[in-house]
Amino acid sequence: MGLRNKDLLGLKQLTAEEIMEILETAKTMKMVLTSGNKKTSHLQGKSVITLFYENSTRTRLSFELASKYMGSASANISATGSSVAKGESLLDTARTIDMMATDIIIMRHSHSGAPHFIAPHLNASVVNAGDGMNEHPTQALLDMFTIYEKLGTLEGKKVAICGDIYHSRVVRSNAIGMTKLGAQVSIYGPKTMMPVGIEKLGCRVADNVADCVKDCDAVMGLRVQLERQHKSLFPSVAEYSKFYGISPEMLELAKPGALLMHPGPCNHGVELPTAVYDCDQSVINEQVTNGVAVRMAVLYLLMARRNQI
Amino acid sequence: MKIILENATLFTGEKKDIYIEDGKFCDVFDKKDADKTYDISGKTVFPGLVDMHCHLREPGFEYRETILTGSMSAAKGGYTSICPMPNTDPVCDNAAVVSGILKKAKEAGYARVYPIGACSKDLDGKLLSEIGLMKEAGIVAVSDDGKPIATAELLRKVLEYSSDFDIPVLDHCEEKTLSDGCMNEGEVSTCLGLRGIPTAAEDIAIARDIIMAEYLNIPIHLCHVSTKSGVRMVRDAKARGVKVTCETCPHYFTLTDDSCENYDSNFKMHPPLRTKEHVEAIIEGLKDGTIDAIATDHAPHHEDEKCVEFQIANNGIVGFETAFALGYTYLVKPGHITAQRLAELMCYNPSNILKLGRGGLNVGDDADLAVFDLENEFIFDKNKMLTKGRNTPYDGFKLYGETILTIMGGKVTYEKLC
Repeated sequence: MGLRNKDLLGLKQLTAEEIMEILETAKTMKMVLTSGNKKTSHLQGKSVITLFYENSTRTRLSFELASKYMGSASANISATGSSVAKGESLLDTARTIDMMATDIIIMRHSHSGAPHFIAPHLNASVVNAGDGMNEHPTQALLDMFTIYEKLGTLEGKKVAICGDIYHSRVVRSNAIGMTKLGAQVSIYGPKTMMPVGIEKLGCRVADNVADCVKDCDAVMGLRVQLERQHKSLFPSVAEYSKFYGISPEMLELAKPGALLMHPGPCNHGVELPTAVYDCDQSVINEQVTNGVAVRMAVLYLLMARRNQI
Repeated sequence: MKIILENATLFTGEKKDIYIEDGKFCDVFDKKDADKTYDISGKTVFPGLVDMHCHLREPGFEYRETILTGSMSAAKGGYTSICPMPNTDPVCDNAAVVSGILKKAKEAGYARVYPIGACSKDLDGKLLSEIGLMKEAGIVAVSDDGKPIATAELLRKVLEYSSDFDIPVLDHCEEKTLSDGCMNEGEVSTCLGLRGIPTAAEDIAIARDIIMAEYLNIPIHLCHVSTKSGVRMVRDAKARGVKVTCETCPHYFTLTDDSCENYDSNFKMHPPLRTKEHVEAIIEGLKDGTIDAIATDHAPHHEDEKCVEFQIANNGIVGFETAFALGYTYLVKPGHITAQRLAELMCYNPSNILKLGRGGLNVGDDADLAVFDLENEFIFDKNKMLTKGRNTPYDGFKLYGETILTIMGGKVTYEKLC
């Protein structure tokens, strides 16, 4: 077993078996994480670099903590404050990091396919921490882990995802990954934010929020970028939250006790009212903890593969 | 200079020996007097190809291509006449730049270069450029290529004003407000998370151009058509008698948008690669005469402009050295069209649209010809190209129709060393 590829670029490149191995490993990692002593030695003597071309709180910090809990030497580079600001190309920057005997490069980039572009040129393993509108594999893995942990399986489970589908890398990774594990994914959002042919990823496009969330085991809201209203993708926050938000009434249409999820950061009162964000069914805060466990699992498995070769 | 091509088979199937003297096809002369004799048995002679749409990058972007390297590349592809678009720096929007291009082209001596002038000054879509003076200097058409003619108002003025000088107008059809993307919009763009460009962006512009040409009763030529609806609109317009002609490029009948799946920018161009449905419609349009010409849209870029993230990579691919082989392999070989039709698409029609008078193979005509090997497969190797660009999606493709010999005005401009 173990991972087949040097890099973790997306859920597209993972098999169902690989996804399950990551989720199982994450269970162990969560035990480490929630124990009193969070130190392991799996990454001792190894180096992990985070290279972020976009802002991030959760993803970046959880990768950083994951690698530190596991004993690696780690460092961060941002677009601002590095030679990127001097106009250095992505490939030159990545090669420079690679040549410092780096084992794993974790990259977030605003351009879809950026990690796919650099990975073949590097000795280091590349982990995609979000590329443009394409994928955000570790977010989907932590979402799947959360459902797996709470409900025991994804097989046959119904998951609803509502919001700005077009621009969401979280939706793409989740639709692909959850479908691979046998879940049924329904999506809904304004037509202006619904990409052509999204069904190809294995999900169902619902008719409205009610149709999307009905009888679901998990309901996920997505952050809508408020600046998008200036591009006429939606006319106002009031209208968005009324017709596309997940209200308490809508949540009641899901299965009793259905998990309420959100990848964060959340615009309170837009995609979710605060009452929903904080409701008993909400696992939003636990998703954050699971994010560290899943990222520890990913780093562990990639390093195990590197050690074998 | 006297040349004989022995045992030639013409693209029409006719077999004969070809005699060339002083740059022209001539009557039989004593074989002993020939300066060069080529036995081309088993190979096929076409008229020298005419490319009505390419980018030679000079002046201004000599690091990508020069008139010399571009002409040599064209010759290697069997082209003897090429028409560079005006998006140079400075823009080819005045007689001085036209003259400079022609001077360099003559010094290079590898192809007849017929410059295309800009419709609007500095390609900014606002003011008419000096079309009359540019015609005196040698342009054969006008275009704002790389950009659509910006507004319907400017399109009208360009068509009207150019018609006074009998200068054809070539338009790059794109509705800019819809085309903020980097590949075809569809399942593939959604799956890759790349912003898509809908076929509607091209179709709306084609519709606009046809409407204006019909209203004014002035000819218009549409560049690089890539969509099914575009082909249908041109077909319908032609049936009504609208003076519209159009071209497509080899990539639009050989590749689909699936090719972008590895984010390889050698598959990125404008218009973008479409789906199978559109590829089939393009082939249908080439078969039934709706599409008049195959142009290359040869667009060399430096490696530094292509070896980057897909979204920020420059649009365009090189095309001179693959166009004929792709046309032969993907259109003639499967039986979609005949070799004669390929000669129309790649020589006679573009020559007629631009009134170049090329393609004659009779005694007294300028000796422009290309000899191709249609029998043997060859593997296309991007590192053996003569263009400076290496941005081709066809590296490693197995093709038929390798160029053996190109003669322009009685001068050998390319010869494959066996």
